[in-house]
Amino acid sequence: MSNLDAETVQFVRETMIPPSAPPGRETGAVKWMRENLFSSWFNVIMTLLAIWFIWHFFVPMIPWFVNGVWNADSLRECREILDGRTGGCFAVLSERWKQLLFGFYPQTEYWRPILMFIWLAVAAAPIMFDNLPRKLLIATAIYPFAMVWLIWGGSIWGVLSVAAGFGLGYVAFKFADRKLEGLIPLLVGLAVAVVWWLFLRGPVAGGLQSILPFGLPSVGSRELGGFLICLIIGVSGIALSLPIGIILALGRISNLPLVKMICVGFIEFIRGVPLITLLFVASLLLNYFLPPKVTFDLVLRVIVMVTLFSSAYLAEVIRGGLAALPKGQYEAADALGLSYWQAQRLIIMPQALKISIPGIVNSFIGLFMDTSLVMFIGIFDMLGLAKAIRANTAWIGIYWELYIFIGLVFWVCCFGMSQYSQWLERKLRTDHH
Amino acid sequence: MNKSVFLGALTVAALSAGAAAAATLDDVKAAGVLKCGVNPGTPGFAAPDANGVYQGFDVDICRAVAAAVFGDATKVEYVPLDSSQRFTSLSTGEIDLLARNTTWTFVRDVDLKNEFVGVNYYDGQGFIVPKALGVSSAKELDGATVCIETGTTTELNLADYFRANSMSYQAVPVATFEEAQSQFLAGACDVYTTDASALAAARSAFATPSDYVVLPEIISKEPLGPLVRQDDGAWGDVARWTLNAMIAAEELGITSANVGEMAAGTDNPEINRMLGVEGGLGDMIGLPNDWVVQILTQVGNYGESFERNVGEDTPIGLSRGLNAQWKDGGLLYAPPFR
Repeated sequence: MSNLDAETVQFVRETMIPPSAPPGRETGAVKWMRENLFSSWFNVIMTLLAIWFIWHFFVPMIPWFVNGVWNADSLRECREILDGRTGGCFAVLSERWKQLLFGFYPQTEYWRPILMFIWLAVAAAPIMFDNLPRKLLIATAIYPFAMVWLIWGGSIWGVLSVAAGFGLGYVAFKFADRKLEGLIPLLVGLAVAVVWWLFLRGPVAGGLQSILPFGLPSVGSRELGGFLICLIIGVSGIALSLPIGIILALGRISNLPLVKMICVGFIEFIRGVPLITLLFVASLLLNYFLPPKVTFDLVLRVIVMVTLFSSAYLAEVIRGGLAALPKGQYEAADALGLSYWQAQRLIIMPQALKISIPGIVNSFIGLFMDTSLVMFIGIFDMLGLAKAIRANTAWIGIYWELYIFIGLVFWVCCFGMSQYSQWLERKLRTDHH
Repeated sequence: MNKSVFLGALTVAALSAGAAAAATLDDVKAAGVLKCGVNPGTPGFAAPDANGVYQGFDVDICRAVAAAVFGDATKVEYVPLDSSQRFTSLSTGEIDLLARNTTWTFVRDVDLKNEFVGVNYYDGQGFIVPKALGVSSAKELDGATVCIETGTTTELNLADYFRANSMSYQAVPVATFEEAQSQFLAGACDVYTTDASALAAARSAFATPSDYVVLPEIISKEPLGPLVRQDDGAWGDVARWTLNAMIAAEELGITSANVGEMAAGTDNPEINRMLGVEGGLGDMIGLPNDWVVQILTQVGNYGESFERNVGEDTPIGLSRGLNAQWKDGGLLYAPPFR
């Protein structure tokens, strides 16, 4: 006779008891607080300290934000409206936010930088997310030329003729590649492009402009400023310094003594000099060395210096990634019979760059922040504009409102970059924890 | 070997830079725009407004020169310059004229090879104190704590002044004009000292300006003026006589309002010579004959520019003081237009 027999077991439950709610102290906010804020004596003290800190330092700020004045013509008027209460004078932002974003860019032409911002998002998307249609890469390839034309304006043929140089060089390279060996096709392509840029481009562009005039009103570099200049310098610097950084990193661990020497020399020299020094060289000393009448655009000079600076740092970050790869990976690539560049492209770089992502993004964020140093060479970035705005008699003595706005803009950009890099790291994870 | 080639190239470049810079007026005319170095932001003297257009007392010098050369005061490219870059930018030809509240000193004039073309603002170092301190003269400041920008001439002037009056002070070093203001307002120091024009600007920004007083003593000479490169006297003349025209116009009572009327001819021969009715002064200086008319119509005379930018009706509220006409007890004294 089994224990489960109907005669021995009086009652068999046929349905499950519905789960009852956990006790009050084990749910919701109470549980969360118990676990996270008051789990030990130490945490209790820390929590109380934090509350005290918030109460004393952040709560007093609330009226400052809430009472803020958004419509006034000067700081004095703000103070009259506030009439003794604490409150921010955000009117300076309502009046000047366009200037903080676009600098002195002509207001009628604002659609150009705005289009550039949008195009930048479209151009960056296929590089950042690999599940987007590859055709978007066309927008990316055109972007550098489109950006220059949109921002600085002028004849479209000027920009197109520069772009044509790349096309001609590529065609020449392809053509020579069929007949010749080794590095020669590359040199042929380069020579064709340089000849085009130096001798033929100018007359051809001028001729086309006189036959078919089409262009945007020119905007000088002095009129750029604010967030726009940070973005132009930051994006150009980031886009240009990554490839240069990779080449420098490879050069530094190369077996060829000359290449190695040049790369080590360059990296150590650039890393040994503060960026502000390089910027001063770009803005002041170059004028002494260049022949008179030859002037490089100031923004171009800054982009070159920022790129050189950032690429030296990136090279070291990437070298760290290369050093972290097990030797077996290099040997495996050799064993497969891959050439040096094939091995780099297919095996070494994908892994090394993946390891270096946090460092690379760190450098990029640093570069983006460093763009505000251009203030010291007479380009009005957002901080420079804040100073200039304060020099108006209407706004002398206004600090926090401007700095909070600028901080917020930088934070959004840098937080975005950091979030993207974390997403990328998760996506590229190949280990299985 | 390589090094000497490089140095040789540098020398050639430097020499040709010097040679090419000589005919500045022609270069400016050819470029169609005057490149003028200005302060990126000094209240009342130079600052871009909401539309990005520079305004200010120093900026008016740039506009006046552009009006004289082109007949159009807007044909100026403003180059904002830090105090450390200003002389280099001028000597390399990046700018044609520097109007950036620059004190005229021996070394800057002689050793740095500049040519100061005049003084458009006579400044000097002053003191500001809270009214509650109950001080009415700088001589009563013995033992005070003083907010002072480090590494400036004001720091040295302060030390000299206190030593000369056998007083002692305790310095609270600050880095910038802004830091100085906030330290002073927070009560970290009893006194803040810098150029009197900057003190007035700072005071105008305080929440309660009437609680602070600027002491009457001015302890240093700071003649601020526009300057050009030393190698081109003709261009220096253009800048010098533009400034003189503004000053003389005020003395002679020519304003932007009545210049049109006076340009038709008056009984005063000097006015007639200035406004190009007689004498052909414009030809001599290489400018159109109506150059002074253009300056006065578009920019105004010295007094108008002063009142518009820094005068008593503006928030900065500077009184003319030393910057009054010589007839009114000031130092402005334009040589005759003859």
